[in-house]
Amino acid sequence: MSESKGSFGVAGSGDTSGYSGLVRTKVTPGSSERPFGGYFDEVADELERAFPEFGAAIEKVVIDRNELTLYVKRDHLRAVALTLRNTESLRFEMCMGVNGVHYPDEKDRELHAVYELLSLTHNRRVRLEVALPDSDPHLPSLVEVWGGVNWHERETFDMFGIIFDGHPGLTRILMPDDWQGHPQRKDYPLGGIPVEYKGATIPPPSERRTYR
Amino acid sequence: MSTYSDPYAESRETTEGRVYSVTGGDWDSLATEIGATKEERVVVNMGPQHPSTHGVLRIILELEGETVTETRCGIGYLHTGIEKNAEYRSWTQGVTFVTRMDYLAPIFNETAYCLAVEKLLGITEDVPERASIIRVLMMELNRISSHMVALGTGALELGALSPMIFAFRERELVLDLFEMISGLRMNMAFVRPGGVAQDIPEGGVAKIRETVTTLRKNFKDNEKLLIGNTIWMKRTQNIGYLDLAGCTTLGITGPVLRSAGLPWDLRKIAPYCGYENYKFDVITTDTADVYGRFLIRMQELEQSLRIIEQACDKLDKTVGQPVMVADKKIAWPSQLSVGADGMGNSLAHIREIMGESMESLIHHFKLVTEGFRVPAGQVYVAIESPRGETGVHLVSDGGTRPYRVHFREPSFNNLQSTSAMCEGSMIADVIGAIASIDPVMGGVDR
Repeated sequence: MSESKGSFGVAGSGDTSGYSGLVRTKVTPGSSERPFGGYFDEVADELERAFPEFGAAIEKVVIDRNELTLYVKRDHLRAVALTLRNTESLRFEMCMGVNGVHYPDEKDRELHAVYELLSLTHNRRVRLEVALPDSDPHLPSLVEVWGGVNWHERETFDMFGIIFDGHPGLTRILMPDDWQGHPQRKDYPLGGIPVEYKGATIPPPSERRTYR
Repeated sequence: MSTYSDPYAESRETTEGRVYSVTGGDWDSLATEIGATKEERVVVNMGPQHPSTHGVLRIILELEGETVTETRCGIGYLHTGIEKNAEYRSWTQGVTFVTRMDYLAPIFNETAYCLAVEKLLGITEDVPERASIIRVLMMELNRISSHMVALGTGALELGALSPMIFAFRERELVLDLFEMISGLRMNMAFVRPGGVAQDIPEGGVAKIRETVTTLRKNFKDNEKLLIGNTIWMKRTQNIGYLDLAGCTTLGITGPVLRSAGLPWDLRKIAPYCGYENYKFDVITTDTADVYGRFLIRMQELEQSLRIIEQACDKLDKTVGQPVMVADKKIAWPSQLSVGADGMGNSLAHIREIMGESMESLIHHFKLVTEGFRVPAGQVYVAIESPRGETGVHLVSDGGTRPYRVHFREPSFNNLQSTSAMCEGSMIADVIGAIASIDPVMGGVDR
C-alpha cells in the first residue's frame, strides 16, 4: 500500500485547481490465504511436499486476477526452480523468460525479477518473483535449469543491472556494449528534446504535465 | 609542418598540400600466414545488413571449410525502447506503441496488450462478443499476411524467386482488407482496451468472403511450386533440426515447437477471445526440420481461412451489436470512422461534442487527456502469434499509465535456437534454418 499526492505528474507548477492537495492510496494485492482455488492449491501442496524448506524459501503466495505468484527468497531460487521443473507432479518444463521491474520506493527490495513458468504436461502457469536490494543486485542464473532464459537474463541485466551469477556470458544484448546505465530503471530518464511546432514548444514526453 | 606519418598511407608534399596514397593491409602476407597454421578457422560476419538475415540480424559464424562450428547472434540494432516509452503514455496510447514491435504481426501485439489491460481492469468478461469476433478475424487475417512473408522470403533466401512474388500478391490482398477495416495497412492500433476501435464497415464482410475465395485458390499456386519440388526438398529436409527436448529447454513455441510433433497451440490449449467456439485443426509434423516448419505454415493458412469464414458467419449474426465495453469510463468516447486520410473521429461525434453536448465534450476531453486508472497489480497474458507465444507482462501501480510493459517476444526467444540448429551444418543451411525460425527484428529488439 502506498500513497500518492496530487493529480499531475509535475509539482510546483503553480497549479491553482486544488487537485495538488489530492491524496490517493494505492493498494497492491497482498498475501493470499488458503484455499487458493483452482490448481493453485495443488501446485503449492506438491511444492511443499517436494521441497521441505518451503516455509523458509517462499516469502508469500499471492493469488491475484487468477494468477499464482510465488515470492521466492533469492538464496533458494535455484533449488525451487529445479524442484518445479523436475518433480513429476509439477513439471514446469518451460520458462517463458525473466523480466525485471524496478520499485525505487521499496527499501532493500528495489529490484524484482519475475519468471513466468509454463507446464506443458499440466497446462499450468506459475510466476516466481524475487526481490533484491539495489546495493547487491546478484541473483543465481537459471540458464542451467532452463537454457532458454539465457537471452532473457542478458536483457534483464542490460535493462535493470541485475547480475545473474553463473551466467555463461552476461553481456549487454540490446544496448551497445559500452552503454552507461540501465535504461528500464525508473531513475533513468526517458530523454528526448523539446519540439517546436507552429511557434509553440512541446516538451519531451517525460517532462510534460500528465495525470498520475 | 607536422612530422606525423601514417603507417598505412604514404604521403608526399605537393603544391596543393600533402597527398596520401592509401594502400591498405598486406593481404598477401596475411594469407600466407593463415595457410601456414594447421587449423583452418575462419570467422565470418553475416549481417547486420544482409538481405537474407531477415532485417538487421547479425550472425557471427565460425567456419571450418564450409562447416559451421559456432554460431552467435548479435541483436539490438533495431532497439527503439518501446517498453520504456509506453511507461510515459496512457494505457490506450500504449496500443500505438506495442503495435510497432513485431511489425509483421501488429494485431497480435495489440490484442495481447489489450487482453492484459482488460485482465488488470477485471473486465475480460465484459468485452462484447462482436469485438472478440472482430479481433479473431483480424488476428487470423494477420496470421496469413505474416505467414506469407515467412514463406515468401524464406523461399527467396533459398533462391526461389517465384514463390515470393506469389506470396506478396496474396499478402497484398490481406493488407487491402486491413485498409478497408482499419484505414491502415500495418501498425493499425485497431484493437483497444475494452474492444476494437470501430465496427467492420458496410459491405466489409462480403469483401472478406470474396478475398477468402481468391486466397484459397491462389494458395494452390505456391503449394504447386514448392511441395514436392526436388530442389526445395533438398534444401530444406533434415536441415535446422531441433527436437522436442531442445524446444522445451529453449522455451521455443509456435511452428518450430509444432514441427517437433507437439500439438501445442494456445488457441486450443488456453483459448482466449472465444477461440473455443471455432473449428480448426492444430497442424504438426514430426520431422523437426525446416521442411516440416514450412509445411506447418503452409497448412495453417487453410486453418486460418476456416476460422475467418466462421468469424464472418458470426459477424452476420451479431450485426448492430457494440464493439466496445459499455463502461463509459473506459470505452473511447467516440466511434471512429475511416476517412480519406485514415482512421479518425467520426463527424457525427465531432458535431455532438462541439455543437450539442457540453457533458460529452468534457467526457471526451477527460478520457483522451487523462485516460482511465487501472487497479494496481500485475498480469501475464499469452496468445498464439504466428511465431509462437507472445506474452505480455503488465504491471500497474494504480495510475493512468503502465508501470511496466514487457513483451515476451517469440522471435526474441526463438532466435536463441540458432546455435542449436546451425552448428555442425553447412553454411548454406544457416539461411534456411533462420528463415524457418522466422524472426522479425522489430519484435526481437523492441
